[in-house]
Amino acid sequence: MPIHLEIVTAERVVLSDEVDQINAPTKDGRVGILPRHAPLLTILDTGELDIVKDGQSTPFAISGGFMEVLPTRVTILADTAERADEIDEARAEAARRSAEDRIAQRQSDQEIALAEAELRRALIRLKVAQLKRNRK
Amino acid sequence: MPSTREIRRRIRSVKNMTQITRAMEMVSASKMRRAQRNVLATRPYADRLYDVMGELTSRAVGGRKGTLLEVHPTVKSVAVILVTPDKGLTGAMITNVLRRVGRFVLDERERGRQVDVLAVGKKGRDFLVRTGQNLVAEVTKLGDYPKLVDTLGISTTVISGFREGRYDEVYVVYSEFVNTLVQRPSVKRLLPVEPPNEAAEKQVDYTYEPSQEEVMDELLPRFVEVQLYQAILESIASEHSARMVAMRNATDNAKELTRDLTLTYNKTRQANITKEVSEIASGAAALAE
Repeated sequence: MPIHLEIVTAERVVLSDEVDQINAPTKDGRVGILPRHAPLLTILDTGELDIVKDGQSTPFAISGGFMEVLPTRVTILADTAERADEIDEARAEAARRSAEDRIAQRQSDQEIALAEAELRRALIRLKVAQLKRNRK
Repeated sequence: MPSTREIRRRIRSVKNMTQITRAMEMVSASKMRRAQRNVLATRPYADRLYDVMGELTSRAVGGRKGTLLEVHPTVKSVAVILVTPDKGLTGAMITNVLRRVGRFVLDERERGRQVDVLAVGKKGRDFLVRTGQNLVAEVTKLGDYPKLVDTLGISTTVISGFREGRYDEVYVVYSEFVNTLVQRPSVKRLLPVEPPNEAAEKQVDYTYEPSQEEVMDELLPRFVEVQLYQAILESIASEHSARMVAMRNATDNAKELTRDLTLTYNKTRQANITKEVSEIASGAAALAE
């Protein structure tokens, strides 16, 4: 019995598929979700989300959010979610640098908040892109 | 009556204008379609978040002190986020939003509240500066298809303002996208967060990790962020559809003008010919005498 998984972000539905297993980074550590899991509502951390389907695992970069687990249905509300092979490492690196620069320039609170959000995002993308490379 | 040459020049310039407005109409039409899609694309996320929030707030954590749900007993200061486009040529849409925010600010002042305004978009910013409002932050050049992260700066500012007690209530004024022809200026309260009131409690007993309170504390800011993001996307969809309609009207008017001018041109030309013929005829008649 597969699990129906939906990954949605504020911008789009990233994935809607039947999967066999989900390994997600929560605030308290990684959890593995198999079919018929007890109902759970948990906070996700930034990190790598693994989806196993037909023995194949697909990594995603996610940056925080929530996961709602029901016996046959899992919904992930992610702040950002990208498939590892969608990530452009060079661009993520450039984004990281520009965000760091802007924080260093100490502008208004609001601009720093914006830059920090961007930095956070860039760091995760880099992390997942690297995870994928190491595995090869 | 103007000379035929002058009329011909005007016809040519009106035709050029028609070409421009028609091109702008088509550009806006395609941007509008994409903007509408973007508005719809945020719905699944917002809806799910709302469901989960209903689940949480129905379990008596609502109104807890220090959360974004907390209703401040006396409202002394209010923040308003004004969402407008960066560019004009949108018919009455911008004016409608500005009029709405103007009335809102005046009403709040009358009730003895201090009003801070945050501007998203150049048109609103300019208006606030011109009318001497208390502009505390601004974001411009978001572009036609902003991402959620592009709007986090402004939502973080109001959320921390609310948490620190600088603002008792936060509103967003924007142009709601009803359909291509109708954009309605509207005011929505962002903070304190209004929990879903139908206590449609599902019969699911969730385990919360790390705890229900922590899940709640993570969830509420997300909800505010998404609501603001949706307001901004709706404003963008409104902007493009308003501009498309404005440009279509301009094109139609220009066409009508071309028709009128062409008619005048032909009449003038005919009058000139008639005049010349009669001059020649009378000249010939004079000679014959």
